[in-house]
Parts: sequence; C-alpha cells; structure tokens
Amino acid sequence: MVEGFSPRPEFPPAQGVNITQGNAVNSGLDWGFKQLTRLCSLGVVVILTWIAWVVFADAQPAIAKFGWEFILSQQWDSGEQLFGGLPYIFGSVVSSLIALMFALPLGLAVAVMTSENLLPAPVRVPIAFLVELIASIPSVIIGLWGIFVFIPVLMPLQVALFDYLGWLPIFGTEPFGPSMLAAGLVLAVMIIPTIASISRDILLSVSPSLRSASMALGSTRWETICLVILPSASSGIVGATILALGRALGETMAVTMVIGNSNIISASLLAPGYTIPSVLANQFAEAVDELHIGALMYLALILFVITLGINSLAVLMVATIRRQGEGQ
Amino acid sequence: MKNAAPSSLLTPLSLFRNGFAWVMGGLSFTLTLVALLPLLAILAAIIQRGLPTLSWEVFIHLPAPVGIEGEPNGFANAIVGTLTMVGLGALFSVPLGVMTGVFLAEFAAGSAIANGVRFVTVILSSVPSVIVGVFAYGVLVITTKQFSAYAGGLALGVIMTPIIALTTEEALKLVPIQYRLGSAALGGSKWETTVKTVIPCAIPAITTGVLLAVARAAGETAPLMFTALFSQFWQEGLMAPTPSLPVLIYNYASSPFEEQNAIAWTASLVLLMLVLIINLFSRLLIRRRF
Repeated sequence: MVEGFSPRPEFPPAQGVNITQGNAVNSGLDWGFKQLTRLCSLGVVVILTWIAWVVFADAQPAIAKFGWEFILSQQWDSGEQLFGGLPYIFGSVVSSLIALMFALPLGLAVAVMTSENLLPAPVRVPIAFLVELIASIPSVIIGLWGIFVFIPVLMPLQVALFDYLGWLPIFGTEPFGPSMLAAGLVLAVMIIPTIASISRDILLSVSPSLRSASMALGSTRWETICLVILPSASSGIVGATILALGRALGETMAVTMVIGNSNIISASLLAPGYTIPSVLANQFAEAVDELHIGALMYLALILFVITLGINSLAVLMVATIRRQGEGQ
Repeated sequence: MKNAAPSSLLTPLSLFRNGFAWVMGGLSFTLTLVALLPLLAILAAIIQRGLPTLSWEVFIHLPAPVGIEGEPNGFANAIVGTLTMVGLGALFSVPLGVMTGVFLAEFAAGSAIANGVRFVTVILSSVPSVIVGVFAYGVLVITTKQFSAYAGGLALGVIMTPIIALTTEEALKLVPIQYRLGSAALGGSKWETTVKTVIPCAIPAITTGVLLAVARAAGETAPLMFTALFSQFWQEGLMAPTPSLPVLIYNYASSPFEEQNAIAWTASLVLLMLVLIINLFSRLLIRRRF
C-alpha cells in the first residue's frame, strides 16, 4: 500500500443529505402547477358542455311549443309566430351532398398526386401547400368571389342545363344566379383541402410492404394504387369524407352569399335555397321575441347535434386508422 | 420451355394495362389542376379588383356615406374593431389553450384523461363557428341586451382555444426528451423543467399555433354578425356594437352601391394578405425549427 493513499476517499457523511426530501415550496408549486394545467384542460370540456347547454336551454320555448313537428314543418313566419325547420334542414343536406359529390374525386386526386411520386417533389410539395392554403382563406372572401366572379361564370352553364335538361325536375326552374348548385360548388371548393390533406396522411401511412408486394407481383403503378392502396386506405378516406361533410354542414358565410336565401323547398338545383347556418346568420341580429330566438336556437341545436355526431364519428375513425398505420 | 420466362418478360404490357395507367395519370393530374383553379381564381380576382382602390386612405378613414363624391373612404374602424376582438379573444384563449396543451403533453400524456380531453378539444375545434356565435349570443347578448365587443371576443376566443391547445401539445411533444432528463438531473422539479426548459424550447412552435389561431379568428364572420354586429363609426367602448373587417366585407358585398362593393374587395385584399402572411410566416417558422 502506497503511503498517503487511502483506498476509501473521505466523503462527507451521507446521513445529512436526503435526495428524496422535497423542498416544501417547490413541491407545492409542482402540485399547484399540475392542478392549474388540469383545471385549464377541464376548461375546454366545460366550454363544449356550456355551448351545448346554452343552445339547449335557449331553444326551450320553441321545443315546448313545436316539439318534433318543428323538423317537418315548412312554415316560417315571425309575424304569425309559426316556425318550422324543414327548408333549412333540406337545404343544408342537399348543398352538402352536392359539395361532397364534387369534392371527393378532386380531393382524392390531389391526395394521390401529392402522396405518390408521380410528379417530381418540387412540383408535388407546392401543390399540397397551395391546396391547403385554400383552407385558410376566410369564408366571407370566398363568398365575395362567389357573388361577383363565380356566379357570373356559372350562369351560362345553369342556363344551358335549364334549356336542355329542364324536363328533369332537378333542373326544372329558370336560374337567376344564386342557387343550390352554386352553393354546393362553392362548398366543394372549401372542403377539398379537408379531404385532400387527411386522405394524403392516410395514404402515406399505408404499409409500404403492401405496395412492394403488389409491385413484385407485376402490377403497374396505377394498378397498385387502385387495387391495393386505395382499398386499404378506404376506411380512412371515408373518415375524411365524413369530416368534410361535417364542415360543409356548418359552413356559413360563403353559402349564405351564394345560395339565394329562399325558404321554399324545390326539387331543382337551379332554384335558390336556404341552410341552417345561413338562417342563423341572417336572422339572429333582428330576432327580438322569445319564440323567434327559440326557433333559431332550436335550429342551432339540430345543427349542433348533427355536426357533433358526424365529427365524433369521423375523428374516431381517422384516429383509429392513424394508430393502426403507426403500429405497423 | 426454357425461353418462356425471358420472352414473357420482354412482351410489352397489354394495351389495356398501359392505357389504364395513362388515363388514370392524366385524369388525376387534370383533377388536381381543377382543384387548384379556384385558389388561383380567388387570388387573381382579389388582387385585380382590390388593388385599384387600395391606398393609404383606407387605413385611416371611416366608411364614407354612400353617394357623396370626393369624401375619403376607408375602413379604419373595422380594422381597429377586428384587432380589439381578436385581442379580447386571445386574452383568455392563449393561457387556456397553452395550459391545456401543457397538461396533455407533460402531465397526462397517454392517460385516458388526456385522450378524453384531446378528443373534446378536437370536437370543439370542429364545432361550426356559427354555433359558437349562437353560444356567445346566448351568454352575453341576451343577458346584457347589448351587441358588444365582449360578445364577439368571447366567440373568437372559443374558436381560438382548441387550435392553440392542439398546436401547443404537438410543439411540446417535439421537444427532445433529453432536455427534460437534463433538467431533472440538475435537480429541477417537474414544474421547473416544464416552465424553464420545455416551454421556452417550444416557444416558436407555440407562437405558430397562436398566430394560426389569430389568422383563423381574424377571418371569422358568422359569429360576429350577431354578437358584435357592425357600426359605421368608431366604436364607443367595449360594450357597444363593434365593426370588423369580415362583417364589413359581407355587408358591402351585398350592397347595391358599387363604391361599397369596391371597398369590400379592398377590405378582402387587406384581410387576405393578413391571413396569408400569418399562415406562410408561421409555417416557415415551424419548418425551419424542427
């Protein structure tokens, strides 16, 4: 043993230091901060519940007076105190379905184009980016464009549809500009980004081994896309479509500006219509008596329940698909 | 027999299979262009119709009375009103949203509560904005019997909160775990780690979320039409009807007077530039960071 070298260096005695001992102030802050964040996150839950409650409670006068009949009644006369929601429900559903019909193929095409390497990346990435920019354009601006640019452009087509196919009930009224068809097409423009960006994520999360297997068996690229990739992504694409439907049902300004705001139910797509969000936007500022406000709140409640159901379904579907995609 | 495999490999694809690929490729390329067309048409129309009347005057003057020539015409009150209400909304939505994001990412990650709260947040973000307006109407307009900036601010704040919460959660998830371990190893408690290390690292991405929420709120029209209403004049305090850019665009778009239509296009140009610049800026911010 070397002189002066101690094999066990002298550390300070350990009993004075307790590493598990918390500083009271600090652990108090720790606890407080955690509770504060929990409280805030509950705040989000409270807001959603509160929205539901306010709409439900304020709809009571109309619910009490009209009950379920409200959904099937077509009268809407604030002077006579008669209110029925059918024209608005009809208009919301029809305009959204038209929108889906056009937006689904376009959105899917964008999703395939931006997720596959059919185009070089310097072209593909800006396309994805530009399409998503549509989603950030305020709806009122799209409505302004709809009134002054899109409807004049659409007018010759509407006239032609009436002239040549006017014997069909769906083209059976003489167009004057604003119409259900115009609203559906403008809505389609607005929901393409939703379908495109979610479908793109879903397509990108399809397992690469499926593609390899298909290509190895001699499929061409488009056979792989149509027979393997799209079918395996189909439930996610359905989810994206449902989400887009929810968005279309709730879209307000652009629709209000191009649909014509007429509460007469017509089979014709060239006739003006009305939607639930549009009537809310148009009438709330002027509603004074309790029953009128109640009827509008009743419509809001119907819209809230429909979109809540649709969105919950879609969000759960997309989340499940994504989780499966990540798990692979 | 020996030559069968190589010769079949050399056979070109059948006309049908080749044609299918060409047709599908062409079709989806065309559809993509069709999807882009509206964006380009909207941008072109707004620049073409909004630019001629855009001048410094519109930012400092009130809307001119209709039919009077030579009066300076602008929408300064609407710009101020929009900023006021977005500010009021941000006042409660930023703390609420950021704290919710912190809870989801730092304190409850992976737990059932977090999944529930996240689900509710996503659902809240997809509630139609007109319903949020109805809510603010029921809470503030009916009870105070007054259209006000507060009611508009409440509606905008409710719209902003879930956007901020979800982007904050994503931002915090991107902070490397080593930063947290490092802070903890130096003796930092959970809240010190979160407040002094994790959140500062995520500030650029959280800012992105706040900016996106602001851009979204600045363009919202439906919830303001019957909560803040509109006014042709400077607002008289926060408990009075308040003008805003989107509602101005809506009102002037359906006006029969051409000079008001022109102002609607100019206001759209200003609003669109604001929204697009915030969007582009925040996307670049987040892309460079991570």
